[in-house]
Amino acid sequence: MAAIASPEAEIGAPIIEMRKVDKFYGDFHVLRDIDLTVSRGERIVICGPSGSGKSTLIRCLNQLEEHQKGEIVIDGTTVHARLKGIEDIRREIGMVFQSFNLFPHLTALENCTLAPMKVRGTPKAEAEATARKILERVHIPEQAHKYPVQLSGGQQQRVAIARSLCMNPKIMLFDEPTSALDPEMVSEVLDTMVELAESGMTMICVTHEMGFARKVADRVIFMDAGEIVEMAPPDQFFSAPQSERTRKFLGQILHHA
Amino acid sequence: MRTLGSGDIIYIIMAVRWTLLLSLVAFLGGALGGVLVALARTGEYKWLRVASAGYIKVFQGTPLLMQLFLAFFVPGLFGWSVDPWMAAALGLSLHASAFLGEIWRGALEVVPRGQWEAATSLGLRYWPKMVLVLAPQAVRIAIPPTIGFLVQLIKGTSLASIIGFVELTRAAQIINNATFRPFTIFALVALMYYVICRPLSAYSKRMEQKLLVAAR
Repeated sequence: MAAIASPEAEIGAPIIEMRKVDKFYGDFHVLRDIDLTVSRGERIVICGPSGSGKSTLIRCLNQLEEHQKGEIVIDGTTVHARLKGIEDIRREIGMVFQSFNLFPHLTALENCTLAPMKVRGTPKAEAEATARKILERVHIPEQAHKYPVQLSGGQQQRVAIARSLCMNPKIMLFDEPTSALDPEMVSEVLDTMVELAESGMTMICVTHEMGFARKVADRVIFMDAGEIVEMAPPDQFFSAPQSERTRKFLGQILHHA
Repeated sequence: MRTLGSGDIIYIIMAVRWTLLLSLVAFLGGALGGVLVALARTGEYKWLRVASAGYIKVFQGTPLLMQLFLAFFVPGLFGWSVDPWMAAALGLSLHASAFLGEIWRGALEVVPRGQWEAATSLGLRYWPKMVLVLAPQAVRIAIPPTIGFLVQLIKGTSLASIIGFVELTRAAQIINNATFRPFTIFALVALMYYVICRPLSAYSKRMEQKLLVAAR
């Protein structure tokens, strides 16, 4: 069992630490010398052009991707993919994907109860009660018995958020959660994420929704070519970006906004 | 030579139970082996992936008849005597393991990677992930080709006649040797294989069509 600090650990203490992390796909240097510390309750937004390594960065945190150099510490435990008990770390880190990745053979409710029952050993009745409460929190209690294919994209993504929340994670990672959605469904998902942010959840969101970043982020990170180019609170990030690359990128994505 | 009597016909028809029994045993043995091969093939241990890939190549690249000969004669070299029934069951099971393993590996790999990622990120370990998330999705995909292979396997049991196992084909040969009515006898045997296999093929086709519709 990996040691997980108690949930009442003080707000503001570091929960994620990345030190000099490097990752390669063959010869391709995906992450370069990443240093990042995230405090408990902090909300981080990561943006950057495609292929900049932003998704890879968060996927290293729960070791869906292995890093080759450097150290990643999650809540006091140094993680790597061969770590015995890596599952105990993963279950504390919720992850929401661009393509939802709901289990198609299970209903919304079953999607939400599977991991609590099989990973945490929660009794079925209790898992279902929690799932219903959380489906209510993401505003789709009436969809509990539908299969993913019967739901709209926005609803599916909210079920996916609920599925992660049912594990009562300490950290939530969002990997471009609105990129695959039809435009009219983006706001329902963002609203859910804003509510989650207001509840004090530690969040790292890879997204280009700059309105969301302005509203909830404590820090905004700009990545390019595997590096963290810029990291600043949103007002500073948007009004006075330091790097030319950040300015150019913001110019491109805010152009039509 | 004697004439073909109703007793001979009944003898042939009754032999079909050995064909069915051999098919069933080979299919069950093959299913067990096939699961292992599919898991080894998709697993994280390189030596298991290499070994299982080699196993599949060998069994897909050699005739079933040779596999049955080897299953029949090789144990004898080590002092184990096997009767034709055991040899046929063993040979066909090993054969089916390779083919079913390959079919099921394919089905597992068709399940989108995002499913694996979602299950992993929820903290599910290998077996719950496999049994509760990946396998249920793979099974739907795997049913048509699995039944298609079962049809091949049932017809393949006729080769067991050559190592002396008396199933449908061997029974027919025995009767034909005594009565020499090859057209009547082998037409009857072919008809019997057809009656067994045709519904399975039709079912497999129907499942396939259903999947195509569902995929739209």
